[in-house]
Amino acid sequence: MEFIQQLVNGLSLGSIYALIALGYTMVYGIVKLINFAHGDVFMVGSFVGFYAITFLELSFLPALLLSMTACAVLGVLIERIAYKPLRNATRIAALITAIGVSLFIEYGMIYIRGAQIEAYPNDVVPSANIDIFGVTVKSQSILILGVAILLMVLLQIIVHRTKIGKAMRAVSFDADAAKLMGISVNNTISVTFAIGSALAGAAGVIFGVYYTRIEPLMGILPGLKAFVAAVLGGIGIIPGAMVGGLLLGMIEALVSAAGFSLWRDAAAFVVLILILLFMPQGLFGKNKKEKV
Amino acid sequence: METSKPLLSVDKLSIQFGGLKAVSDVCMELASGDLCGLIGPNGAGKTTLFNLLTGVYVPTEGTVTFNGHRLNKLAPYKITRKGLCRTFQNIRLFGELSVVDNVKVAYHSQASHSMLSSILRLPGHFKGERIIEEKALELLEIFQLQLYKDEKAKNLPYGMQRRLEIARALAGKPRLLLLDEPAAGMNPKETGELMELIGQIKERFSLTVLLIEHDMHLVMGVCERIYVLDHGQLIAHGTPEEIRNNPLVIEAYLGEEVS
Amino acid sequence: MAIFRRMNGFFGMMILALLFFFIMQYIITAGIVGSFYTNMIITMGINIIIAVSLHLILGITGQFSIGQAGFLAVGAFVSAIMTMKLELPFLLSIIIGGVIAAAVGMLIGIPSLRLKGDYLAIATLGFGEIVRIIFLNMDYVGGASGMMVTHKTTWGWLFLWMMITILVVRNFTNSTHGRACISIREDETASDAMGINTTYYKVAAFVIGAFFTGIAGALYSHNFYFIQPANFNFLKSFDILIFVVLGGLGSLSGTVIAAVLLTFVTTFLSDYPETRMLLYSLVLIVMMIYRPQGLLGTREISSLFSRKTKGGPKDGNQQTIA
Repeated sequence: MEFIQQLVNGLSLGSIYALIALGYTMVYGIVKLINFAHGDVFMVGSFVGFYAITFLELSFLPALLLSMTACAVLGVLIERIAYKPLRNATRIAALITAIGVSLFIEYGMIYIRGAQIEAYPNDVVPSANIDIFGVTVKSQSILILGVAILLMVLLQIIVHRTKIGKAMRAVSFDADAAKLMGISVNNTISVTFAIGSALAGAAGVIFGVYYTRIEPLMGILPGLKAFVAAVLGGIGIIPGAMVGGLLLGMIEALVSAAGFSLWRDAAAFVVLILILLFMPQGLFGKNKKEKV
Repeated sequence: METSKPLLSVDKLSIQFGGLKAVSDVCMELASGDLCGLIGPNGAGKTTLFNLLTGVYVPTEGTVTFNGHRLNKLAPYKITRKGLCRTFQNIRLFGELSVVDNVKVAYHSQASHSMLSSILRLPGHFKGERIIEEKALELLEIFQLQLYKDEKAKNLPYGMQRRLEIARALAGKPRLLLLDEPAAGMNPKETGELMELIGQIKERFSLTVLLIEHDMHLVMGVCERIYVLDHGQLIAHGTPEEIRNNPLVIEAYLGEEVS
Repeated sequence: MAIFRRMNGFFGMMILALLFFFIMQYIITAGIVGSFYTNMIITMGINIIIAVSLHLILGITGQFSIGQAGFLAVGAFVSAIMTMKLELPFLLSIIIGGVIAAAVGMLIGIPSLRLKGDYLAIATLGFGEIVRIIFLNMDYVGGASGMMVTHKTTWGWLFLWMMITILVVRNFTNSTHGRACISIREDETASDAMGINTTYYKVAAFVIGAFFTGIAGALYSHNFYFIQPANFNFLKSFDILIFVVLGGLGSLSGTVIAAVLLTFVTTFLSDYPETRMLLYSLVLIVMMIYRPQGLLGTREISSLFSRKTKGGPKDGNQQTIA
């Protein structure tokens, strides 16, 4: 039973990774940029949720929505200010900028409010232990999973059933051709950043509710791991990011369960390197040839 | 060496990208000293064929034999060292390097001095570097680029960049030179001069040349034999006269001007 | 004759360098500057070695490694084990630290250098983190609490290794081998087509870079009184990246200047670490947007003083091929 317990924990963690990974994968799919700052958007989302709950005394759902909105705005700002001028620059320049933005958000946050840890209150959502076939599941776990799945379904609907979703797919397939078809590439990219960042914001609030402790550098590691999840599923592929995130969460839970909790953080990177070396297109990706 | 053996023989070469057969069952033979043209409409697979010959792509089927060596699955740099050098359709010079350094890079595989002797600045380093420098300058002189030797390659005018590409390919000591649209973007006068130059270097370095060209007029003028590729398949080959009158070729180029 | 001229220039530089060494040695030993500044000078030298190593990998060969802190950690811990546990002489310990770091570099480089651009960056970052986590889990070196190291790094040792690093990297770069590496940076496909064994040179640059980073790690660990795995996380790798980016990707002198400059800034802002990081991040962003080539671009400082007329004719004489 201990094992299944760990799997449930892994699933909760995995759904957080999955939500962050979606933003990575969408942004990569559309501008071919690893948005290093994405993990920090997640952190900002977590703090916005925290202040919404403690100062504005909002309940869970409004806090979640507020955080998502704030992150969407932040995502668009990052894109417009830092990435847009670099759209035709080298990959290295873009990646260095992304690292710069990431550091800027982290230390900007510390500069503004200090590095101290905050704790989410315990009573944001009703907490109870539910017993399913002998496995104790925290109600928060179910909430996390529920919200994550709901958002992912919503995302699928946006991408496949709406006009903006069609534009996003068109731009990621061929930006120049999309432009010629009358699609505003700039707006589409901004919307992609907005949606991806909103999901990261949601992940931040969920993370806070579940793990309670938040701090300004909390986004780095989940951010990197979510990137691993995106690569695992095949970067640029939305269902891949979901599966990759869940899978990575489970792998980490299993490594912890096996008594190697100190090695947990290394597991994600080992997965990353194995995937990059043996299956660089990821689980759901297609192999692409460089054009010469 | 036997003269009867072809320098390059390509047998049933194919490559598939997903569902698309970009090159299928191509057979061709080039004898030492040939000047052959490879033509075909846009997207016919000409550059893909070059990429297969030079090892950039690994063929799904078929073999390439060059000078008695099977080239399949060899890394591109090994194929180059066997004497099969190329230029690129979209110029791929080392932009930040100077003109002379671009050529020197291609002489690298003939360098005699080791990494250690360079790091320790042993006499071997100076000797090796001097040899490379001399050879590179000699080559630049042939291409009349010596005055621009210290200029960054990216700052050269377009026509000179094209010439530098050919010079750089020649530094690899090729027996077979693959030229991918060497006259692309040039005006008729420049094209004429370039073709004359290709003829000269072919004699001087006793080269075999295979060139892709869009300009039918030009290909007909200089090439002794021509291969025609369409939809990845070889649809004709022969002398310019034969190609000119081949109904398949005319059909493939329908709508385009056949001179 | 050309060789003689080159040699003269070389000896001139060497004499200047020695002069610089003795002046600094005097300033430090005579106590003209306090321990604060002495420490800053030592840190500067270590940072120069680290920066020049990454310059070879990223600036010259174009391979984006953000796992340099991993090599630094290997050099630091291995050399500390050598002096503290096995009680070997310092020089030998430094070299062993460098060699092991180089070996790790080769182990990491051979598989991961097949990857390009972003993917290589992430993979090296992952490797760097794995190295750190391995040390974190090694009770032999004290785990998370780290290990005590005797202070052994002096200005003399530092200067020696700094000069060796700069000379090796400079000599390597200004040779056919260095050109091969630059051609990979400029266009890997074309480089391959010109007969360059690109894998070999990418790994070579990576290994040489890892070696000197390991040396720097050894000097680093013996400059402080104890080392912890937490000193070598990826923020350290980013610090190293900033040296090379600010100096200009591809400029050795630019990298050295940036390392000196940033060590200054870091030392004086050491009480305000977040201000420093905020400043760094802004430098990265603004630099990439407005001057992606860095302070010096691919040029060297010496070229700023040479005659401006160097290079081909800019006008007239437009010859065409007959």
